[in-house]
Amino acid sequence: MTLLTAHRAPSRLRVVAWRFFQSAQGRIGFAVLVLLFLLAFAGPGFSLWSYTDKDFTAFLSPPSAEHWFGTLQTGADVYAVTLRGMRKSLIVGLLAALVSTALAAVVGAFAGYFPGWPDRVLTWGTDLLLVLPAFLVLAVMSPLFGAGQWVLFVIMLALFLWMVTSKIVRGMTISLKQREFIQAARFMGVSPVRIIFRHIIPNLSSLLIVDATLNVSAAILTETSLSYFGFGIQPPDVSFGTLIADGSRTAIYAPWTFWFVAGLLVITVLAVNLIGDALRDAFDPASQRPR
Amino acid sequence: MTPVLEVTDLNVSFGDVLAVRGVGYSVRQGEVLGIVGESGSGKSVTSAAVMGLLPPGAKVTGSVRLHGRELIGARQRELTAFRGKTMSMVFQDPLSALTPVYRVGDQIAEAVRIHQKVTKEQAAVKAVELLDLVGIPNPAERALAFPHEFSGGMRQRAVIAMAIANDPDVIICDEPTTALDVTIQAQVLEVLKKAQRETGAAIVMITHDLGVVAGFADRVLVMYAGRPVEVGDVDDIYYGPRMPYTVGLLSSIPRVDRDGRQPLVPIEGAPPSPAALPPGCPFAPRCPMRVDACDAAEPPLFDVGPAHRAACIRWEEVRPRAAARHAVPVHLGELRPRQDRQVVLEVDGLVKQYPLLRGSVFKRRVGTVHAVAGVSFDVREGETLGLVGESGCGKTTTLMEILELTEPQEGRIVVLGHDTARLGGTDRMAIRRDMQVVFQDPLASLDPRMTVYDILAEPLRAHGRGNPGMRVAELLDLVGLDASHAARYPQEFSGGQRQRIGIARALALEPRLLALDEPVSALDVSIQAGVINLLDALKTELGLSYLFVAHDLAVVRYIADRVAVMYLGRIAEIGQVDAVYGAPAHPYTQALLSAIPLPDPVRERSRRRILLEGDLPSPADPPSGCRFRTRCPKFRAALTDDERALCVTVEPSVRLLDRDQGAACHYAEKLKVT
Amino acid sequence: MAGFLARRLLNYLVLVAVAASLAYMLAASALDPRSNYADRTPKPPPAVVDAQLTELNLNDRTPLLQRYATWAGGVVQGDFGRTVTGSPVNEDLKRRMGVTFRLVLLGLICGSLLGVVVGAAAAVKQYGWFDRLSTGLSFLVLAMPVVVLANVLILLGTLANERLGHRLFLVSGEYSDGLDTGFWGSVGDRLRHLILPTISLSLGLIAIFSRYQRNTMLDVLGADFVRTAMAKGLSRSQALIHHALRTALIPVATYFAFTFGALLTGATFTEKIFGWHGLGEQLINSIFTNDVNTVAAIACIAAIAVLCASLAADLLHAALDPRVRAG
Ligand SMILES: Nc1ncnc2c1ncn2[C@@H]1O[C@H](COP(=O)(O)OP(=O)(O)OP(=O)(O)O)[C@@H](O)[C@H]1O
Ligand code: SF4
Ligand code: SF4
Ligand SMILES: [Mg+2]
Repeated sequence: MTLLTAHRAPSRLRVVAWRFFQSAQGRIGFAVLVLLFLLAFAGPGFSLWSYTDKDFTAFLSPPSAEHWFGTLQTGADVYAVTLRGMRKSLIVGLLAALVSTALAAVVGAFAGYFPGWPDRVLTWGTDLLLVLPAFLVLAVMSPLFGAGQWVLFVIMLALFLWMVTSKIVRGMTISLKQREFIQAARFMGVSPVRIIFRHIIPNLSSLLIVDATLNVSAAILTETSLSYFGFGIQPPDVSFGTLIADGSRTAIYAPWTFWFVAGLLVITVLAVNLIGDALRDAFDPASQRPR
Repeated sequence: MTPVLEVTDLNVSFGDVLAVRGVGYSVRQGEVLGIVGESGSGKSVTSAAVMGLLPPGAKVTGSVRLHGRELIGARQRELTAFRGKTMSMVFQDPLSALTPVYRVGDQIAEAVRIHQKVTKEQAAVKAVELLDLVGIPNPAERALAFPHEFSGGMRQRAVIAMAIANDPDVIICDEPTTALDVTIQAQVLEVLKKAQRETGAAIVMITHDLGVVAGFADRVLVMYAGRPVEVGDVDDIYYGPRMPYTVGLLSSIPRVDRDGRQPLVPIEGAPPSPAALPPGCPFAPRCPMRVDACDAAEPPLFDVGPAHRAACIRWEEVRPRAAARHAVPVHLGELRPRQDRQVVLEVDGLVKQYPLLRGSVFKRRVGTVHAVAGVSFDVREGETLGLVGESGCGKTTTLMEILELTEPQEGRIVVLGHDTARLGGTDRMAIRRDMQVVFQDPLASLDPRMTVYDILAEPLRAHGRGNPGMRVAELLDLVGLDASHAARYPQEFSGGQRQRIGIARALALEPRLLALDEPVSALDVSIQAGVINLLDALKTELGLSYLFVAHDLAVVRYIADRVAVMYLGRIAEIGQVDAVYGAPAHPYTQALLSAIPLPDPVRERSRRRILLEGDLPSPADPPSGCRFRTRCPKFRAALTDDERALCVTVEPSVRLLDRDQGAACHYAEKLKVT
Repeated sequence: MAGFLARRLLNYLVLVAVAASLAYMLAASALDPRSNYADRTPKPPPAVVDAQLTELNLNDRTPLLQRYATWAGGVVQGDFGRTVTGSPVNEDLKRRMGVTFRLVLLGLICGSLLGVVVGAAAAVKQYGWFDRLSTGLSFLVLAMPVVVLANVLILLGTLANERLGHRLFLVSGEYSDGLDTGFWGSVGDRLRHLILPTISLSLGLIAIFSRYQRNTMLDVLGADFVRTAMAKGLSRSQALIHHALRTALIPVATYFAFTFGALLTGATFTEKIFGWHGLGEQLINSIFTNDVNTVAAIACIAAIAVLCASLAADLLHAALDPRVRAG
């Protein structure tokens, strides 16, 4: 009997990671996202221009050796400001998605697992936030997100992203709770909180991961839209949204002010979505994807 | 007569795993071929390959000829023309075999309209006729119902109706009755026989239950490890098997007609994985007759008699019921007298009702389901109480109520000396450790996202036993699995193996009381026997007590000391096993026992069954007086009107007839039925 | 049944009331109508400003709760108060509701229908060219915010117009002012105005619905009833369309309600960028003009719309799933 193999607890994480990197999607998405992060955090070091510099010899000039992505009307270097904006958008998006998905999982699972008043209270709160128009609230609150207050912005963003997932999680928890493996754990003496975190949430992992990625996109996209209208990230901070707002005004005659930012935004969200998709397959032991 | 369906040298592989190897058989018109084999032996894959319904990843070689037309490699259009018309199929799981969103009648009519040029109305009429043929009461009305409004047996009838809709020449039945209760199984088998008479079709009957085919099949093919290992006329196979595997199968079947407690003879080990077959005879690792020559090459099918072939090099020496070389658990005689032993579980007048809700958007309560309506029994230390009955009779609810460890709606539950109505957190946790559960559905009871290691380690961790590694390996060994399996997910196991994992998990904490909900109903006989013996051995070894819920009376006869037969939320009969099985007193018990098929072709063919009519009444609206009266053969045939009045008005309670046998029938009378 | 419905409607009423109140409080405390007067020339005297603000119930010197009480009193009688310019909010919004409703409804129908069709077609041939293409495209669309998508559409539309040499796509407003081309001419004009905003609104929905439909369909693909359907003699694609598609629609129907909120937001941006005079445009304008009453009114309308959508999704669910309908 091969006792040795049994002693080494096979970690689920390793199995999932292995499967994740087996898929081309996962590899590409991961590689692109890593590259984007490198670009956002190390990229500015390669350029002569910082995002606050203005080149008064070149207003709205097309891409050149001097200004790789061209310059804006103000003479700012597009490469520098784009990377700066990307850095902020990446952080905002990832954080907001993380917070909102975690919130959704916990609230939904608890509401589904504990029928009666916890369920009623949590569901009511979820419904209320679902009915409040998120864009309106965020827009109205925008004066509060002034310089340096982007963390508050992230939290508010997350607060309006989790409800749908949470409702789905609640519904699935209710049906999961009837499943025999949950009953088995219950009768074994495993505590409800542990059941929620060990069985219910992992069994919803594919849903949660897909939703987390959709939320990363949603967060970045919402941030972009809000900032586009001036309700999000406030100057002097820049983000994808503020840059796209500026760029779209000059897009027709100076395409570089719009397309680089828009392109990077799309690539970012795309990479995140690819990762989510590959992760879902990796988590789902039943999926058989041709490699 | 030329065969209708002829399969030769069929091979199916998934990737580099050969699931089916060299299967060949042929059936003639009106013939019934039984295909028997353990789980994973390739029965389903074979039939799916014949139907051309394999998933896209599968590779098929060989030949399948239907009326001489080759189907392997035929174009899709040709195949769809055959499917459902010349050759149709009945699947194992009637619950999921029907599309949930369409009316049953429409689904049957669809089958008609695919192959026949008829109008919608004609097809609908035909669908009603078919439903009538398969014995659905009020067919015109029931055709408008949705699948979820049908019981399992009715759905299976609907599927059979669909299969015979176009007068097929071959019907392939993949375990058509496995998911059904015995009384319903008896009905459905009758329906199949009738369907065969009506259509004259050849039937390929796939099953793991040697009893089911004994009275039904003309010829039997035994499969092992993806390959036929013995084929012959049904009597030859049952009375003169020439392959040690067949012999092993036959002697591992628990039989409801055998007096006394004879230990079963399991087949050691488990079937080989198709990815890692042994070099020679695939049965060699489990074979009691193995010699070195067996490992040299895979034995071909030898002609061992007229139309009887077996794949064993020592076939001449094989005899039915080969002497058991296997370790048989020693039964430690009788324990102390029953009344001196401690009561570990006492249930008294237990009642459980559910609100009956309708609609999910506009949910409202429309009634009450009386799932358990006053059940009393007790389990004493070291004994096994078998709780049997058809699905929906409330046995699982009873079990759940006990496991919840909370105050019941009515009545009293005392577990290991603690009344559940007055139970603190620590006591409850201690009882949870001492009382464990094994569930019915082996896949559903295992978290699909956990490896086997984590599943087995969970109870250990929950009760603070560190470093579960050694124990996990021990447990896997205990239930006959390889320790290397710990790294795998439950989906990667056969049905039987999954249940072993479930049992291993329940044994992890060395409990005192084990609640088993249909623990072996999903296992193959050879493995079932091993598990029953294992449970028996563990019981004596560790002084366990079992509450053993099952629908299989034969299994209960082997494992239980006492048995309680439930019907519609109440106990119909309870008592010492040999007394109840030897001479059941309640008409329901009598019908149940007579419905169980015996793996004995001659007796099966000559046997007269007490067939119950209809389905279980709805527990939301049980009949007045005796709950069984709507189906009771005695009520229907033997009683006078005056006697019937009592059945209609007064609900009988359990009345002691003997030292340890009681029945809830006003006219209980002992009767030998098996 | 009736009692259940009443309870549910009451719950909805409470939700709307709380949501609208919250929105009002938030808007009233965060927006500053007084600043509207700051850059007027000549600068009006503070007393006049105060009087005007009080008249409009926008005076930040009045305690918030008192303003709220006044506002709520009006709302209960169906009066959302007046805008910063003094005109009634009700009339303005009534006109705009029609515009938004048309856009949203069209976008919703196009988006969900096409999405389901695309998703189903992709699932039928998993990993086929259509699946890969639609997956790729929906990923691309999902990666594009409405503001970018709308701007890209405007750029492309302008480009296309230049190429065609005549203005096929009209990118601003709902209809051209002062057009005199008869009935059909004006219908055509409205259609040409409608194309790009509808695309901008429904592309995202198509992407989302096609993903959901594809995935739920793949879930039921291996189901026994699909195999039964094939055993009856249906071809694989027939079985998928008749049996799997229909069953897979059920979970997708529940997403319908959930996407509705996002749809409203999308409509807001689309209106603003394409210059449609709908509620969304007014919402953004009113935040800029510190128009508290309009903001609160739009919040209230949005809340009601979301709840209606959720009710509709439930009814749809019941219509699709006999197990739910069972009565
Ligand atoms: N889609 C598949 N991909 C890979 N392997 C498969 C697939 N389907 C079946 N197998 C393997 O083929 C072998 C035969 O399976 P099959 O379902 O035919 O067994 P069976 O005799 O019908 O068992 P049961 O009694 O459990 O229904 C098993 O080892 C199984 O794991
Ligand atoms: S060939 Fe050998 S191992 Fe195989 S069944 Fe016969 S005796 Fe047993
Ligand atoms: S009481 Fe009457 S109806 Fe009930 S089982 Fe006995 S004979 Fe049958
Ligand atoms: Mg099978």
